[in-house]
Amino acid sequence: MRKLSTRRRHPLAGIVVLLLALGVVGGVYSAVRFQPASAAETASQNDVDAGRKLFLVGCASCHGKNASGIETKRGGNYGPSLIGVGAAAVDFQVGTGRMPMAQSAPQAPAKDPEYTAEETKQLAAYIATLGAGPAIPDDEYTDISGKTIEQIREGGEFFRTNCTACHNSVGAGGALPGGKYAPRLDGVSAKHIAEAMMTGPQQMPVFSDDVITPEDKSNIIAYIKQVQNQPNYGGMAGGGLGPVSEGLFTWLIGIGGLLIAAIWIGAHGARVKKK
Amino acid sequence: MSDELDQLTDAEPIKDPGLPAHQHRPTDVDPAQELRAERQITGMFTVASLLLIGFCVAYIMIDKDQTFLGWSAMNFTLGATLGGALLLMGVGIIQWAKKLMGDDEMVELRHPAASTAEERAATLEDLNAGINESGFGRRPLIRRSLFLSMSFLALPTVIMLRDMGPLPYGHKNTVWKKGMRVVNDVAGTPIKPSDLQVGQLVNAEPAIMYEKDKDGEAVLHGTELLQEKSKAAVIVVRMKPEAITPSKGRENWGIDGILCYSKICTHVGCPISLWEQQTHHLLCPCHQSTFDLADNGKVVFGPAHRPLPQLPLALDSEGYLIAVSDFPEVVGPSYPELARDQKRLDDKS
Amino acid sequence: MSTVDERTNIEDTEFGKKAAGPVGWLDDRLGLAGASKRSHLLRKVFPEHWSFMLGEIALWSFVVLLLTGTFLTFWFQPSMAETTYNGSYTPLNGLEMSHAYASTLDISFDVRGGLLIRQIHHWAAALFVAAMIVHMLRVMFTGAYRKPREINWLIGISLMVLGLVEGFAGYSLPDDLLSGTGLRFVDGLLRSIPIVGSYLEYFIFGGEFPGDVIIPRLYMVHILLIPALLLALIGAHMILLVYHKHTQWGGPGRTEKNVVGYPMLPVYAAKAGGFFFVVFGFTALMGAVLQINPIWAYGPYNPSEVTAGSQPDWYMGFVEGAVRIMPNWESTFFNYTWSWNVFFPAAVLPGLFLGVGAAWPFIEQWITGDKREHHLLERPRNAPFRTAFIVAAMTAYGVLWIGGGNDIIATKFHLSLNAITWFCRIGLFVLPVVTFMITKRICIGLQRADANRILHGYETGVIERSPDGGFTERHAPLPVGSQYSLTNHDRLPVLEAPPETDHNGVAAPHSRMAKLRAKAREIYYDGSVDKPTVEDVHHAEEHLRDHDGHPVELGDEFQGVSESGVPRVH
Repeated sequence: MRKLSTRRRHPLAGIVVLLLALGVVGGVYSAVRFQPASAAETASQNDVDAGRKLFLVGCASCHGKNASGIETKRGGNYGPSLIGVGAAAVDFQVGTGRMPMAQSAPQAPAKDPEYTAEETKQLAAYIATLGAGPAIPDDEYTDISGKTIEQIREGGEFFRTNCTACHNSVGAGGALPGGKYAPRLDGVSAKHIAEAMMTGPQQMPVFSDDVITPEDKSNIIAYIKQVQNQPNYGGMAGGGLGPVSEGLFTWLIGIGGLLIAAIWIGAHGARVKKK
Repeated sequence: MSDELDQLTDAEPIKDPGLPAHQHRPTDVDPAQELRAERQITGMFTVASLLLIGFCVAYIMIDKDQTFLGWSAMNFTLGATLGGALLLMGVGIIQWAKKLMGDDEMVELRHPAASTAEERAATLEDLNAGINESGFGRRPLIRRSLFLSMSFLALPTVIMLRDMGPLPYGHKNTVWKKGMRVVNDVAGTPIKPSDLQVGQLVNAEPAIMYEKDKDGEAVLHGTELLQEKSKAAVIVVRMKPEAITPSKGRENWGIDGILCYSKICTHVGCPISLWEQQTHHLLCPCHQSTFDLADNGKVVFGPAHRPLPQLPLALDSEGYLIAVSDFPEVVGPSYPELARDQKRLDDKS
Repeated sequence: MSTVDERTNIEDTEFGKKAAGPVGWLDDRLGLAGASKRSHLLRKVFPEHWSFMLGEIALWSFVVLLLTGTFLTFWFQPSMAETTYNGSYTPLNGLEMSHAYASTLDISFDVRGGLLIRQIHHWAAALFVAAMIVHMLRVMFTGAYRKPREINWLIGISLMVLGLVEGFAGYSLPDDLLSGTGLRFVDGLLRSIPIVGSYLEYFIFGGEFPGDVIIPRLYMVHILLIPALLLALIGAHMILLVYHKHTQWGGPGRTEKNVVGYPMLPVYAAKAGGFFFVVFGFTALMGAVLQINPIWAYGPYNPSEVTAGSQPDWYMGFVEGAVRIMPNWESTFFNYTWSWNVFFPAAVLPGLFLGVGAAWPFIEQWITGDKREHHLLERPRNAPFRTAFIVAAMTAYGVLWIGGGNDIIATKFHLSLNAITWFCRIGLFVLPVVTFMITKRICIGLQRADANRILHGYETGVIERSPDGGFTERHAPLPVGSQYSLTNHDRLPVLEAPPETDHNGVAAPHSRMAKLRAKAREIYYDGSVDKPTVEDVHHAEEHLRDHDGHPVELGDEFQGVSESGVPRVH
């Protein structure tokens, strides 16, 4: 203890205390933070009723009992109104694990879904009854099996015009202001990509069927899948991040490797005393 | 300065002990080691030859479409055999130098970079002789007129560059004009307000980019199309009308919250379409200039200075979105005459 | 065993007899033997140190670039005329694009090994500039640019500038979405040049952006103009290197008046020649397993398309960063628009970096007043101001790099784009000062440690307990060779205020300049620790003897560590 007290005026003492305090606060926060309710309810006969129940338990605290949203004192949205967002929005948000949110953040990240496929369907069915909105897309959007070269090319043009600015030319994602981001597109199902275009989740704009037709949407999805499934012809691709990762490779692998060679060439080598 | 320093060098605290005695390498004293190194190096050169043959075999045998580890098999095999062979040859040669070539360090004396005084004097004498015999110093008229003609040689050199491009003729309008439809990029389809939901973004172009002349040829194509696109590309967005705070004179530039802005960043001209539908901010992916589309395209962050130009919208008789006029502001990156051109545009309207 | 006793004269060998005819024929006409003898070219001595090989990485990368580049020209078509793609890469099949882009796709997918050559070319280009920077840092940190090598330093700076332009021209040629975006930036940069900007834009692009001449023009610049200049300057760089003879590290027997090392023939011919194969082989392996610039993924250039993560190649990253973090200053006066937000970061700042770099040897010479030739390298710690200055410049460069990749950093590390930009805006001015101070302190600390090791020996790791219970660590003197190496550098000059008046009591001419220079010299040498004097060493030897009571001799029983810190085996 005496040691501690003699060092309290050490120049680094303030920093140490600050770090300790931060650690404690962080630990307490992560221990007590909001744990989303586990959806243990069993499905009732009626999807809508079951969905309503799920909603009241898991969603109403942010979106309001009537799903009309809760406004904060400053006029912002605690949780936005869900009336008229449609089944597609629910299927996307819940099906990709973005909802329910684990904690307040600039943007809800994709994670493992909290609800089963059945429960997601029930929630979607309930929200769809509140107001007209886009339905969960069918094969017209998501079936990309028989796409021709022309259709994929067309999809590519739509993709580069409408999507790459945020999501990057190979769907590696990109940055948005203030810690938000456009997510990666690999491993995202065709259905979820179509739903995102139809509903415009979070900061993403809407690309409605009247402007980007269902066929255009399926072409875009076909192009994304084509680009992501084709080989990286040239070798390891560095995450599709372009010149930044290439620069990193240049320095770490290129200069790093040749520096080792230079050190080897310049080394004096083993010597013996005798002779 | 240098005199002081020269004196100081005499007072070195430690005297130079001279070059240390030569120490031999294991390969110099141990025949077994020497043989081993020899075999090692020969082995590397032999494997390199085999790899180079492998390169040719791969070139002939491997199909272009074959893959390996999700990479092009051709690229990998050719690169690995060629790279491996070259690397082995390089390492072998260096190893030869390190292990087996002469190992005695040599000492070479340095000389000052400068020539000796005699050399300088001799050269100077030659120079003087040459200059005197030429009369270069004695005939200023000739000398100066030569210099004059030499400097005039720069004139044709520079003037020849004149035809590298046309002179800039001030602000050039974009292809937008009164009544031109706003059409969806790629598809070329016209847009009705009812097609757009709140939060919608449409990457759009002027209809002329998809028009064909009577022979069925596109009106704009090739370089011309790219030049016009790099000025006329637009984005159409729809917000809640109450979210928009139009500045004076812009109140009727939109239709039910539908606004149209230039897609070309006012910083260095990247096409800009990262629209956040909730904040109404538009971000440029190149240098992160951020514009507020609900607030007349005002710059809210980043290196761009001028707000994003807005295109006034109206509806035609069939209910499709059309432009009311060309952009009332200069689009694209700034240039020196911009202030003048903008003034001219302002005067016109 | 040793080569010396087996020495055979080349003219007696079978090969020598065969070669004698042609070689004689050549010498009859060129007199090469005389030229070689006069300059001792074949047995020219090069000192050995790993850091002397860094420039060679750049040299050999350049040779790789020439070889692979020549290959690429056989197929590349530098034309912006429109064509319809019908090659092997199906997702772009039937798309309208320029011949430049289509032929690059053909090289990548329809020419066997074309993709490999393209990737080797691109990796070698990235390495060429990186190696130039590493080499330049070595030269700066060790003071190798000092007299008589200032001209070679300037040639090096010119090579660096040309390398940057050459790289950027190459990046622009394929006419894919990324290179087109880069050209769009160049267009914006040209426009931002005060008063003549629009004229430059129209002359260079042949009219409005993008026009149809920029790629053919850049192609000429990329494959003829700049490579020729690079080749000529590299030649001059090498000739001066041979003439000045390489610098060397000080040490026993290595002085300002000699150069100690291995002869060019055979040792350095083999080591350098072997290194060429290593560099070529290494870039080929990189081309085999690391994808670079997948132009097919970006699509053809279209002014209304862009991709997230649009960046230039790394060597333009510092410019990109400066452009990104620059505040949006633009002003209008004299009826002209002045775009500081582009012109300053993209044109003035790189000029500042290179200008200060080019002028540095002369600035330093002015400050120190040192007009002597220097062939022994200076250890970075023995020039604390210089070392700290370089580190500060590197820090600023690094902050700009971070700025240039701010979007990638934001997504990869879940940070706010805007916060990174603000960090860079402030860090660009604060961090170099901080690293300058830290580096200088570290250098001075190391100088002190050196002086200690000379005067008090090195720590053996042997702890002794005295009769009265105290513990001490036994020190042992360094070998004389190591001691000499540590002291083999210039003593600090005596700093004097310049005389205010001359001998006659009249105010001295240029006194203001002299004062400024005296002040600069004071700052330059501030805090530096001088090496021990002869008296210091004598005194310390006596002290060491008095203190321990017995001369420090380390016998066979000794179990401490050696002078290099390695535990002795017993």
